[in-house]
Amino acid sequence: MKHTFAVSIGGAAGQGVATPGNIFARIFARRGLHLNAYNAYQSIIRGGHTFLTIRTGPEPVTSFGDKIDLLIPLNQDTMDRHLGLLGPGAAVVYNGDSVKPGAAAEGVQLCPLPVSELTHNSRNKVEQNTLAVGAALSMMGIGFQPLADVLTHQFKKKGESVVTENVEVARSAYDYATRHFQPFARPLPMRETRTAVLTGNMALAMGGAAAGVKFYCAYPMSPSTGVLHWMAAHARKAGIMVRQVEDEIGVINMAIGAAHSGVRAMCATSGGGFALMTEGLGMSAMIETPVVVIDVQRAGPSTGVPTKTEQGDLWQMLGAGHGDYPRAIAAPTDILDCFKIIPEMHNIADRFQCPGIVLTDLLLSEGTGSVDPADLDFNPEIDRGELITSSTNGANGYKRYLFTESGVSPRAIPGVPGHAHTAATDDHMEDGVLISDEFTNPVKRREMMEKRQRKVAGIEAAVKPPVLIGPADADVTLIGWGSTDGVIQEAREILAEEGITANQLQIRWIVPLHGDAIMEIVNRSRHTILIENNYSGQFARYLRSETSFVPNGHIRKYDGEPFMPHHIVDAVKEQLAGKVTMSVPMHEIMV
Amino acid sequence: MAATIPLIKQVTLPDLKGKVDPDWCPGCGDFGVLAAFQKALVDLQIQPHNVVTISGIGCSSNLPGYVSTYGMHTLHGRALAVATGVKLANHELTVCVTGGDGDGFGIGGNHFIHTMRRNVDLLYLAMDNQIYGLTTGQTSPTSRLGMKTKSAPYGNVEPPINPIALAIAAGCTFVARGFSGEQRHLTDLIKEGLRHKGFAFIDVFSPCVTYNHDNTYPWFKQRVKKLEDDPSYDSSSFAMAMEQSQVWGEVIPIGKFFHKTGQPSLEECEPVLDEGGPLALRDLRVPADAAKEFIEELM
Repeated sequence: MKHTFAVSIGGAAGQGVATPGNIFARIFARRGLHLNAYNAYQSIIRGGHTFLTIRTGPEPVTSFGDKIDLLIPLNQDTMDRHLGLLGPGAAVVYNGDSVKPGAAAEGVQLCPLPVSELTHNSRNKVEQNTLAVGAALSMMGIGFQPLADVLTHQFKKKGESVVTENVEVARSAYDYATRHFQPFARPLPMRETRTAVLTGNMALAMGGAAAGVKFYCAYPMSPSTGVLHWMAAHARKAGIMVRQVEDEIGVINMAIGAAHSGVRAMCATSGGGFALMTEGLGMSAMIETPVVVIDVQRAGPSTGVPTKTEQGDLWQMLGAGHGDYPRAIAAPTDILDCFKIIPEMHNIADRFQCPGIVLTDLLLSEGTGSVDPADLDFNPEIDRGELITSSTNGANGYKRYLFTESGVSPRAIPGVPGHAHTAATDDHMEDGVLISDEFTNPVKRREMMEKRQRKVAGIEAAVKPPVLIGPADADVTLIGWGSTDGVIQEAREILAEEGITANQLQIRWIVPLHGDAIMEIVNRSRHTILIENNYSGQFARYLRSETSFVPNGHIRKYDGEPFMPHHIVDAVKEQLAGKVTMSVPMHEIMV
Repeated sequence: MAATIPLIKQVTLPDLKGKVDPDWCPGCGDFGVLAAFQKALVDLQIQPHNVVTISGIGCSSNLPGYVSTYGMHTLHGRALAVATGVKLANHELTVCVTGGDGDGFGIGGNHFIHTMRRNVDLLYLAMDNQIYGLTTGQTSPTSRLGMKTKSAPYGNVEPPINPIALAIAAGCTFVARGFSGEQRHLTDLIKEGLRHKGFAFIDVFSPCVTYNHDNTYPWFKQRVKKLEDDPSYDSSSFAMAMEQSQVWGEVIPIGKFFHKTGQPSLEECEPVLDEGGPLALRDLRVPADAAKEFIEELM
């Protein structure tokens, strides 16, 4: 079993769950530890219940895991909901003045902090949070200095007195815990390097900057808004024009307009906003102006559960917009992949002059993880395809939509002499003149449709087919797509410890799918199980429609919460025992 | 650069002719708008390759195909959003938007309001015929009360929108009304709109000779009265502009209703555009020191 340590902080929205979470994350990262964090929250600004789990360890941590080592309930509600789930060796650190523990399992250490005693005449109602962090670090076997450094970093904008106050309060709790509480059995080690900590949305935005995006626009929509926030905060330094637009219809059209002028343009939204963008997506395909759209899935349909996760937008992406047209769709598999997929998608969109869709979900986009900073490469390959930005040759007879073998025609941007043309959403001839109206011409229409569709083969050749991870001769092949990569990996590790070997086929490129490569893999599998975070098996149905392949079983979840490793482990075991072919794990915790 | 391409030195009217001739109905008001637009570009000597003419969908939105500038024939109602993107990504281009009343004030109403509020440096020619023409004659947002159309055979019961009053209220910095039957006047308005730094909106009466039998050339000719003919009219006055925008009857004012100078356009308010030229022509790479800083923030 990998050495990991999970700390969960729960409270009402507005009680300051995020700050101790950030402090823990920063301390872990500065010690070179990896981490994975998930925040279960509600669409509420004050009140309700927010529950943040940060899991750390010396090796890469691919999911927020199954078990909590340290619980920090900031209110009674959190104590009541979560205490019962703690096992032997775990501890709960809480405000002994205001929160009362219920019945805990044997071996669970109750650690009440005498908050009023430790803070004296505190003015600060969130000081109990700082106290809890101080106590926790003592019990984890991490010295006090890392906390003092991070608190100084965290509060320096608020002035020296706030820094001093917080450091003193943390110190008092640290010392109190050293005297009164048992340390955790296995202290967290320290590594030589440091990790970088970021959310999936930040990674997507930074990937945009690295890809050379110069125009980003959006309408705020959870859980995609983090991309807008990073972009807006870093726009000037990165030289990116960032605009908040009146609606998502305006967003996609503005992005396409900017792309038409020659920049790399990008936008992000969630399913409801994407629905408004679909007509625009067709325009991108028809006028052959590239655009990259990020869809961060949340639980639908309609407004759905805005703060919960799901992989329910797949068919929306596949079918977005009327008419037939080439598109590319990719589902990044982890936070680092969110960063890497964006330049790749821009290259595809530019080379094939078509829309590119990046499909993430709340789990991945709002989840926090650690990466090796060296992996955040701001000089990725940039391939703009056949783009004419200046006129150096005679442009006699330039045809914007020239028939070519690849289906890709050299694209001149406005302002280049000798290349003026009209890009029309009405279908058109090679020179841009409309096929419709009085010029309707079935021969030209067919040729133009075939020209555009020839790009499909080019896109397929430009993208790597999926590969099998893990032992070739395994008991079971677990198939997933996008954000479930990490939790499936961890489930495989647990299964291996229990004597069941599992390999994994994680699909990253949805379109193109590479059906032949997939069939070659699954035809050699002993048993196949497809895992996805939705009700109807959207990927299973897509895979069947493209390949006729039907897996032996399915594991699905559509309660708004992501898979935990044990959900998959238990379901795989019951399916391999021949009990069922469809498992829908129950999420045990009411968050 | 571009040594082999003889740049057009003197722009003439034939230079602005598109690849095909318009397919509008004979007598359509849109011919007059096209002619005035081309004449304005010639008078101001703007090189066609530095102009992007952008439209939505409808009869009048076919206009970009009939001029030799760069053109975009976008989606129904979306031209202003597309044009904003085009302009922001290359603010050295002259960006003109054309389209009809249904396109601009109906399906595109939201973009109309917000583009004006942002004061993007665009010229917007709304070719207003008070009817849906390309769909063969339904009520539009500017169809008068009582007008009989295929979608309102017993007469329209919905009051029309007032594009002039709406534009003034929305913060548009240049608001004018032209008439396709008044060529010289319309050309002058377009030229002034092109020279205006900011959003210039010109609502142009462009009669539909096929489907609108109420608002015809003679109907307009009897009524239109130029604001410029009234020496006491002050187009910098919000109050006077609003008052004149309400005049509709035996007399219908045309001309420049409102002109606010000195308000910076959106591009001028964007620090990202302060130096470095158009975004579209810049190096794609993020400066190395910025990239380093972005990563250090995460540690």
